[in-house]
Amino acid sequence: MPQGEYLGMTLTVLDLDNENLAYFQHCADHDFHLQQCADEDCGLVRYPPGTACPWCSGREFNWVPVDARGTVHSYGEVHHAIQPAFRARAPYMILLVELDTQSGVPTEHEALRVAGNLVDADGNFATPELVRQVGIGSRMRMVFADVAEGLALPHWTLDEEAEQPESPWRYPQEVNGV
Amino acid sequence: MTTDIDATAGKYLRDKYAIIGVGETTYTRGSGMTTRALGTWAIKNAMDDAGIPASEIDGMMSYSGNDSTASPMLAGDLGIRLNFYMDVQGGGSSSEALIGLAIGAIEAGMCETVVVFRSMNGYSQVRIGGTGARASVPVGGDALHSAAYGWFSAGQNFSPTFMRHMYDYGTTPEQVAMVKVIHSEHASNNPKAYYKQRVTVEDVVNSRMICKPLHLLDCCVETDNATALIVTSVDRAYDYQQLPARILGVAGRVCKPRIDMHFQHGPISTVAGHYIKDLIYRNAGVGPEDIQCTGAYDAFTFTSMLQLEDYGFCKKGEGGDYVSSGIMRLGGERPNNTSGGHLCEGYTHGMNMIIENVRQLRGEVDCYCPLDDQGKRIHSYNYAEPAAGGGCRQVPDLEITQNLGWAMPGTGSSLIMRKG
Ligand SMILES: [Zn+2]
Repeated sequence: MPQGEYLGMTLTVLDLDNENLAYFQHCADHDFHLQQCADEDCGLVRYPPGTACPWCSGREFNWVPVDARGTVHSYGEVHHAIQPAFRARAPYMILLVELDTQSGVPTEHEALRVAGNLVDADGNFATPELVRQVGIGSRMRMVFADVAEGLALPHWTLDEEAEQPESPWRYPQEVNGV
Repeated sequence: MTTDIDATAGKYLRDKYAIIGVGETTYTRGSGMTTRALGTWAIKNAMDDAGIPASEIDGMMSYSGNDSTASPMLAGDLGIRLNFYMDVQGGGSSSEALIGLAIGAIEAGMCETVVVFRSMNGYSQVRIGGTGARASVPVGGDALHSAAYGWFSAGQNFSPTFMRHMYDYGTTPEQVAMVKVIHSEHASNNPKAYYKQRVTVEDVVNSRMICKPLHLLDCCVETDNATALIVTSVDRAYDYQQLPARILGVAGRVCKPRIDMHFQHGPISTVAGHYIKDLIYRNAGVGPEDIQCTGAYDAFTFTSMLQLEDYGFCKKGEGGDYVSSGIMRLGGERPNNTSGGHLCEGYTHGMNMIIENVRQLRGEVDCYCPLDDQGKRIHSYNYAEPAAGGGCRQVPDLEITQNLGWAMPGTGSSLIMRKG
């Protein structure tokens, strides 16, 4: 059973939880995979891990590699953290990054929107200076935070190779420079 | 047997049930008693309000997130013999849903009169914001994709929805702050309200940032309290001492697609009200233009705005204009949360906003206006602060109200009532 301490929390993937076991094992391999519906008329990829296909109800699937790049669709920026270990890291960002893969598929407003915190290229929580650079429209790539054997968390960092918007959309009011 | 009634149509139960009694405890931070004691206090107040004896109540329903007390304890304490009870897990938007289920239980012949209650030490035991014990629970399963990221409390969970609404429609912090400003005005005329102080837009946007875009004063208060209401059929409702609030329609825990993680199906700045409106207005036989007073769940300033917008009280994207226009102020065209709601009166997971609308429909809101010698309130309709000669919060000539219950962006409930 993958289990580890992470920011003051005990993260656990239960042995029965086959979908999350496979998801986080791929993350631990630093090789992002998602479930693809095995129905040949469907074939859609889904996030987060689930037990059936949200589009055709099919239960069969395959794990497929997915290009873990995308655009910030929205975010929250926590200044008053609740979990004790997050307090030292505030302000921290919760990002919803819309993957390029399957964006607007099968209907206009559907997409794979993958959660994660904003981190630097080495996986450290973002400094206030870095937080200030990221908003809706920022181009991101995935990095992984290793937690335990078989368990790493996907996070997001600015994609150095991508063209970034001149000024990504950010909440209009700054607090302590952020 | 044949029938020409389409019993599957929502309108079938329209106007056949009513709320006959409402009651609550004080709203405090530190009740100094168990949720069992709070629960009996609120239910007894609702029974006294209706003038109904324990022998005429035979159903009980409640909801909780492991912070409440079970129906059998309260029924036993109060001498109520139950033909039906059900205690379910749930938070915001359960109030309206349980009223609908109570109607169903009565309609099915399982019981005749149902108490719905919510009892919580929301400050001194289980804080909704998640501080203390709730923050140190091991994280597994679905929470590995949320809590593991410090994405945990209600404000944190909802913030991408709120933020995206600002991005999509240019909604400003100052517009949204008006929800708190207006609800604080209403609370100043509510002797029960936990926060009675009127605040300004500047107070809200200068209060400390909790989770962008939420300042402290964009967030509701956490309080200890219990609330209760009594549902029965219209056949019985007029046997009791209060004017019944008749139920025109109800919708319970309606969801957006992909409710396992609703952000997968946008627009993420659209909330469950978008789907609820198609059910509730059909069931009730009225539309938003007929609603004179709303109770739009205000866990946060944004939640009232988003719901009012998606139910169709204004055009999509114009929620910021709606809430800052003065429409929802007492004396405006369609007041919202005249008790001060969760932002100011107290946090009850939606019950207090239904109780308020029941009293509004009776014309008997418990403001600072004096009582006549029959015990009826003589309303001044002066909505200034008590110190300025006001103190009233009764909406005049009220016929129809609507509650808009919120669980989260993807889930909500609604209740439309009319004057009996
Ligand atoms: Zn499929």
